[in-house]
Amino acid sequence: MNDSVDRLRARGARVEAVEASAKMSAAELSAWFGDKQALRSITLPLIERKVTAIIGPSGCGKSTFIRCLNRMHEVVAGARATGDVLLDGKSVYGADVDPVRVRRRVGMVFQKPNPFPTMSVRDNVLAGLRLSGIDPPDTDALVEEVLGQAALWDEVKDALDRPGGALSGGQQQRLCIARCLALEPEVVLMDEPCSSLDPIATAKIEELIHDLRDRYTIVVVTHSMQQAARVSDYTAFFYLGELVEYDHADVIFTKPSDPRTEDYITGRFG
Amino acid sequence: MTPELESAYRGRKLAARVAPAASGAAVVLALLPLFAVFAYVASHGARALSLTFFTEPVGVRGAGMANAIFGTIELVVLASAMGIPLGIAAGLYLAEYASTPLARAVRFSADVLAGVPSILVGVVVYAVVVVRMKQFSALAGAAALAVVMLPLVTRTTDELARAVPDSLREAALALGAPRWRTALFVVLRTAAPGIRSGCLLAVARVSGETAPLLFTAYNNRFFNESLLDPTSTLQVQIFTYTMTPNDDWHAQAWAAALVLVTLVIVLNVLARRLVAEEESG
Amino acid sequence: MTQRALSTPPRSLRLSVEGNGGSADRTFGAIGAGAAGALGLVLIGVAASVARVAWPSIEATGLSFVTTSAWDPSRDVYGALAFAYGTLVTSFIALALAVPVALGVAVFLTDLGPRRFQRPVSSLVELLAAVPSVVYGLWAALVLAPLLRTTVQPALARVGGPLFRGPNVGFGVLCASLVLAIMLLPTIASVSRDVLRAVPAELREGALALGATPWDALRLVVFPHARRGVFGAVLLGFGRAVGETMAVAAVVGSRADISPSLFAPGYTMSSVIANEFPAASSELHVAALAEVGLLLFVVTVAFNVAARVLVARSREGAPRWREAAPRPGAGEAA
Repeated sequence: MNDSVDRLRARGARVEAVEASAKMSAAELSAWFGDKQALRSITLPLIERKVTAIIGPSGCGKSTFIRCLNRMHEVVAGARATGDVLLDGKSVYGADVDPVRVRRRVGMVFQKPNPFPTMSVRDNVLAGLRLSGIDPPDTDALVEEVLGQAALWDEVKDALDRPGGALSGGQQQRLCIARCLALEPEVVLMDEPCSSLDPIATAKIEELIHDLRDRYTIVVVTHSMQQAARVSDYTAFFYLGELVEYDHADVIFTKPSDPRTEDYITGRFG
Repeated sequence: MTPELESAYRGRKLAARVAPAASGAAVVLALLPLFAVFAYVASHGARALSLTFFTEPVGVRGAGMANAIFGTIELVVLASAMGIPLGIAAGLYLAEYASTPLARAVRFSADVLAGVPSILVGVVVYAVVVVRMKQFSALAGAAALAVVMLPLVTRTTDELARAVPDSLREAALALGAPRWRTALFVVLRTAAPGIRSGCLLAVARVSGETAPLLFTAYNNRFFNESLLDPTSTLQVQIFTYTMTPNDDWHAQAWAAALVLVTLVIVLNVLARRLVAEEESG
Repeated sequence: MTQRALSTPPRSLRLSVEGNGGSADRTFGAIGAGAAGALGLVLIGVAASVARVAWPSIEATGLSFVTTSAWDPSRDVYGALAFAYGTLVTSFIALALAVPVALGVAVFLTDLGPRRFQRPVSSLVELLAAVPSVVYGLWAALVLAPLLRTTVQPALARVGGPLFRGPNVGFGVLCASLVLAIMLLPTIASVSRDVLRAVPAELREGALALGATPWDALRLVVFPHARRGVFGAVLLGFGRAVGETMAVAAVVGSRADISPSLFAPGYTMSSVIANEFPAASSELHVAALAEVGLLLFVVTVAFNVAARVLVARSREGAPRWREAAPRPGAGEAA
C-alpha cells in the first residue's frame, strides 16, 4: 500500500487518490467559528496503523481539523463545518450518524490532561465504559491491561484508588490515553498531547505513541517539528487554515516541495 | 463496536433523547406562571387604568393612585441617593483592599445581609428610626430600601472593580498617581458601565420591595406633605387592596401592579441593555 | 504575566505613592473603610436592634415561646411554634416542587437545550425573578387561590389522606407553597446554571470524546463535579423561601394552627410580622413579633452562610468567580 502512495506522490498526484489505504479521510473540509473561517477545504488521508502528524504555527487550524474528525468541533458554540470526513469509507457527518458513535470509534486525547477529578484512577480508566452503560466483567484485569498499554501500570498500580487529579501532569496525560484505549478505538486523535508536559514526560508519551502505532491509526497535532519528525510516518503542514503540504515525514523534513513548508521547518517564521 | 456496546448504546440513546425533552418540559413548566402572571396583570390592569389613576390620590372618591406612584418614585430616589454612593464607596474599598481581614469580613457580611429577609430590615428601621421620630415617614421607608440596596451595590462594585486588570492600576501608580486617584479615575471609570447597570438592577429590585415599607413608610391616603409624613407606595397599596374583599379595590390593585411591573421591567431591560452595549462595543 | 511584580510592587512605586498623596490616600482609605465598616455594622445592627426590641418578650415568655403554639395578643399569650412550623412546611413543599423543575431549567440552559433557545430562556427566567413579590401575592390571592378551591383541591381531596382534607377555601398552606415554589424557581435555576457553567469545559469535552451522550456527560461527570454548588443553590433557595413575606402573607390563610392538612390555613414567621406589626398595640406584642423576627434572622443567616460557602467552594478554579481565591492585588501594598 505504501508503495502506491509513494508512486502517486512521485507523480505529484492529489491526495484523494491514496484514500484506498486510508482509515479516515477528510474531503474538502472547511470549518468556521461564527464568521471566522478556520479551515479551508482540507483534503487529507489518514493512513491506517500509521502516525500522521499535523504541524503548523498557532492558529493554523490544526486543532480544529482533528476536532472535526470526531465531531468535537460542533460542541463549541457557533462552530460549524462543511465538506466531509470518511471513516472506513463512510461519512461521519451523514444525517443518520450519531456523533456519539463516531466518538466511540475515534478516541481523543486533549492538550491539557483532563482526568475526571471526582473519579479515582481506576474509575477514570473505566469511565468510557461506564459512560456507555457497560460494567465490564473483569475490571481488574482490564484496568491492568489498559494501564499497561499506556505505560502507566508500574507507576500507579498502588494508587488505583487515589483521585485522578492527584497524579503528575505526565501521568495524568497517560491516564487520559489509557481512558481512551479502554474503549478499543480504531483511531486515536491527540491534540498537542505534550504541550503542557516537561521533557521527560514528553519523551514517555512519544515512546508510547511509538508502541501504539501497530494497533491504532494515530493522528498527532503538535507545534514541535522535532516531535513530528520523531513520531510520525506522514506529516501534514497547515498554514492559515490551508493544507500546504502532505507527505512522508522524512520527505517533509528533508526536502519539502513548498517554500512555505521549508520556511517553517527551518524556523524562518512561525 | 462490540455487540455488548451496541445494545448498551441503544438504551443510552433513549435516555439521551428523554433527558433534553424533560428539561424542555421543565422550562415550559417554569415559564407558565410567568406568562400567567403577565397575562393577568396586563389584561386586568389595563382595564382598570384611567386618567384619574395617574392624577388623583387614593383618598379621593373614584380615584387613582397618583400619591402611591409618586411615593414609590420618591422613596426609590431617596433610597438610591443614600444607598448607591455608600455602596460604591464600600465596594471600591473592598476591591482595592481585597485581601485585608476587614475586607473579607465585610464582603462576607454583605453576602449574608443580601440574604436577610427584607421584612427584618423593616423591623430594624422601625426600631431605630420610627420609634425615635415617633412617626412613620418617607425618610424611614427610604432608609429601609437603602439598607436593602446596600449589599447589592457593594458586591457588584466589588466584583467589577476587582475584575479591572492590575496592569491598569500599576500603570496609573507608575505615573505617580496617588492611590485614591487611581481608584476613582482608573478603576472606577473602567468598571463604570457594569456598575451603572448593577445599580439599575438594585433600583429595580427595591422598586418592588414591599415588606420593609409596611411599618416604616406605612401608608397614606393622600400625598405626603413632607419627608417626615407617612407615605403611600404602589407596593403597599397593592398589598392593602389584595387583602380586602372589595372588587373595585382589586381592580385598582391590578392597575397598580401593571404600573409597578412595567417600571421594574423597564429598569431591568435598561440595565441589561447597558451590559449588552458594553459587551458589543 | 507579571504575577511576581503584582504581588510585590517595586519599592520606588510604593515610595512615589506615599510621597505624592499620603494624606489624601489615608483619607480615601478611611472613607472606604468607613463605608465598608458601616455595611458590617448594619448586619450586627440588624441582629442587635431586633434583639433589643424583642427583649421584653424573651424575658416574659422564655423557652415556651418556641415550644407552644398559642398566639393570642389580646391576652398577651405568645407561642411561635405554629409560625416556625408553617414556615418550615411551606418552604419544604415549595422546595420539593421547585428543585426538580429548577434543575431541569438549569441543565437546559447549560447542557441539554438547543443553543438558540438558551439565551432567551435565560432572560425569561431572570424576568421571573424580577417580578415583585407583592404582585405574585396579588395574583396568587385573586387567581391561584380560586383555581385551587374550584379545581385542584377538590381533585386532590378525592385522592384523600391526611394531607388533602379539611375545609377547602383556596387560601392555605398549599397555595402559599405553590406561590413560593414559583418564586424560588428562578433563584435555584440561575445559581445552579452558574455552578454548572463553572465546571471546566475540558471535563465535558473529555466525556463527550469518550462517546458519552450530553446526558451521560452531565450525569456522570458534570453533576458529580458540581453537586456541592447545586446543593448550595438549593440552600440559598431555602433561605429565600423562609424569608419570603408578601406573597405568602397574601395567601397563607393567617391562622396560628398546626394542622397536617395542606388545605388548612397556616401562618409563617415572616407573614405574621407583616400582618401584625403595623397594628401591634401592646409593647409585649411588638416584642413578641420582634422575637419571631430574631428567630427568622438566625435561621436565614445560618442557611445563607452554609449556602454561600458551598457555592463559593464549587466555583473555585473557575475564572469567572474569583471570590474564594486569594488575589495578588495592588491592595496588599498599602
